[in-house]
Amino acid sequence: MDFSYDDEQNALRQAVSGLLGRAYDGEKRRAVVAADPGFDEKTWAGLAEMGLLGLPFAEERGGAGAGQVEVAIVAEEIGRVLAPEPYVQAVVLTGGLIDAVATDAQCDELVAGLAEGSLVPAFAHAEPGTRWSTAAAGVRAVEEGGTWRLTGVKEPVPNGARADVLVVSAIDEAAGGATRLFVVRADAEGLTRVGYRTHDGTRAAKVELAGTPAEPLGEGADDRTAAIERAQALARIAYAHESIGAMATALTTTTEYLRTRKQFGVTLNKFQALTFRAADMYVSLELARSTALWASLVAGAGGDVVTAADRARLQTSRAGRHIGKDAIQLHGGIGVTAEYTVGHYTSRLTAIDHVLGDGDWALDRLAATVGDHETVDPLGAPYT
Amino acid sequence: MRLQLSPEDEAFRQEMRTFFTTKVPQATRDAVAARRDVGREQYVETQRILNAAGLAVPHWPVEWGGRDWTPLQRHIWREEMQLACVPEPLAFNTSMIGPVIAAFGDDAQKQRFLPATANLDIWWCQGFSEPDAGSDLASLRTTAVREGDEYVVNGQKTWTTLGQYADWIFCLVRTDPTAEKKQRGISMLVFPMDTPGVTLRPIELIDGGFEVNEVFFEDVRVPAEYLIGEENRGWDYAKFLLGNERAGIARVGATKRLLADAKQLATEVRADGRPLSEDPRMAARIAELENELLALELTALRVVAHSTDGKPHPASSVLKLRGSELQQAATELIVDIAGPLSLASFAGEDSQVPEWARAATPEYLNYRKVTIYGGSNEVQRTIIAGTILGL
Repeated sequence: MDFSYDDEQNALRQAVSGLLGRAYDGEKRRAVVAADPGFDEKTWAGLAEMGLLGLPFAEERGGAGAGQVEVAIVAEEIGRVLAPEPYVQAVVLTGGLIDAVATDAQCDELVAGLAEGSLVPAFAHAEPGTRWSTAAAGVRAVEEGGTWRLTGVKEPVPNGARADVLVVSAIDEAAGGATRLFVVRADAEGLTRVGYRTHDGTRAAKVELAGTPAEPLGEGADDRTAAIERAQALARIAYAHESIGAMATALTTTTEYLRTRKQFGVTLNKFQALTFRAADMYVSLELARSTALWASLVAGAGGDVVTAADRARLQTSRAGRHIGKDAIQLHGGIGVTAEYTVGHYTSRLTAIDHVLGDGDWALDRLAATVGDHETVDPLGAPYT
Repeated sequence: MRLQLSPEDEAFRQEMRTFFTTKVPQATRDAVAARRDVGREQYVETQRILNAAGLAVPHWPVEWGGRDWTPLQRHIWREEMQLACVPEPLAFNTSMIGPVIAAFGDDAQKQRFLPATANLDIWWCQGFSEPDAGSDLASLRTTAVREGDEYVVNGQKTWTTLGQYADWIFCLVRTDPTAEKKQRGISMLVFPMDTPGVTLRPIELIDGGFEVNEVFFEDVRVPAEYLIGEENRGWDYAKFLLGNERAGIARVGATKRLLADAKQLATEVRADGRPLSEDPRMAARIAELENELLALELTALRVVAHSTDGKPHPASSVLKLRGSELQQAATELIVDIAGPLSLASFAGEDSQVPEWARAATPEYLNYRKVTIYGGSNEVQRTIIAGTILGL
């Protein structure tokens, strides 16, 4: 057991932090998120240049063959400065899904394109009227004369308007209602995308498919919910780290404010009611950090990554809400303004909390199996 | 970064598990598991078994019975002991006065006290808190005045845990009332509890039990050779001692045990025709507590893994704070599982209410102490805010 970063990992963190720190110091983030596509293409290219967009993929597929801990480092640095680049969505979730399911030929194009920064993929999965799920609900896939066509609406699709390629989940009635995955090109006929800004400064879209031609991702007519479950689990873990980065900044921003802001003739850190709340924020942060780190290590050890991700999801959800809300409260009115940073952290934490299942959702899943084990051994089965 | 224990540490864990579950008498472990009071004899017997195997004071210097283990091995030792329901070596001996004497005592004191302390031949109790010196310990007023080869001690201590079993007491006393800083005038004295002038008054707690006491000193004459270290340096030794007290204070293994019991009990209690464990609200409550405990354990492991350079990890202050809260949450959970049965708290052995349900509320009430002792949680928050967050 070893919970320390090695020299290479520390160097990676420094490099990422350098790149993103330059890109998003001061007011730059507000300018970037004000215009489409809601992130900075140059920074995205910079991430590609550093090999970060191919980090988790095998070298023969154009990736860097790194582990979940390295992905976690990047995600945490993204969260620290609230970089709006869709790293977890594009690389960990969509890229992970492609990498797991696609044929070699598809990977040659899609994974390699993602890694070199020339192709941004998005996963079109959520549908109005459904909650977090591994299955598609209303979008249908039908094969006619050798061509697959998709019909239905996906929304909200993160970065759905900017994406060069959409990976779309759809029900295949001919395969007994299995959820299958398809690649839809940006210029496909019958594809309508309406993008919009979301509260956290990122972008989502309504994606309408009207008999849109699509290419099955991978071979065979298998149900892909297991692959979706796993990719979502790895994305939940990466998001846990992104939120840790955001929580850490929200806390340091708050403590700096308490040290400098004066009321009643003294700085706010003279008020124990406030410093104790900051101490509790630190406790939440460190407990969540431990759980996120552990979940990444479970992924690396080949353990039960789905349960580990649920555990990290629950802990970071609770911590993110606690820290996000109290960061604003301890600032007072300025925390609610758009021109100050801290409220944007709360906004982003709230978005992360709802993208792949919130804390109660994760708790329901954990509660369903709580009787299956006497105790949890984080260093033993099923986690290692 | 690696999750798994090394083969050596895994073997160590198995060795500890096997020892604790086979060498410590089942009746003692059953008493701990049932959350019954463990008597003096069971404590002594257990500690002697551990000491004979070199497992009572592994954190002491090697020449006095220490084992030179890694912080991780010490963590595993403690966790496995708690999971196996083994009464831990008496903290007053092994975590408090023993390390102080080993670090600051003279040779005669080491020879005289350390082997007997490790083996629980001497049962120590703590004379730190006073009625007007709780969290603000340095305000203590018990005095020791030097007269020839003796100190004459007058004053009062309180919250002296298990003082009724104790042979000796280690005490903080004021030896220089004129010192500019109140911390500077404090010394550490040790003396037998049967010294003339020492009286003990038990304090009944809200669980009906007697585990803490007041101790009164009236012209107690203590030989000067029982001064530990230097005169007026007692505050340094107390800080050293309290630093040790916080080691292992997360009590993850013990809370795991409580939670595992709670899970089992929730399957035995029926509510509306089905096991209480199948109630979604109860299942969620257990699952959430289990996850919080996991987060605490992982934080303890992070702290352990990073403490090799001797400096405490900043997150270590989280351990006392959260560890105590989760102990309380687990005892509260068990009361709620017992439900109306919990009202039979003082029923006798002919009661039809199971023993665990009768014990539940007294234990829950007793456990209010854990967020108070060892540096109250408000003191911990002050430390986090000041030392870590710079507020």
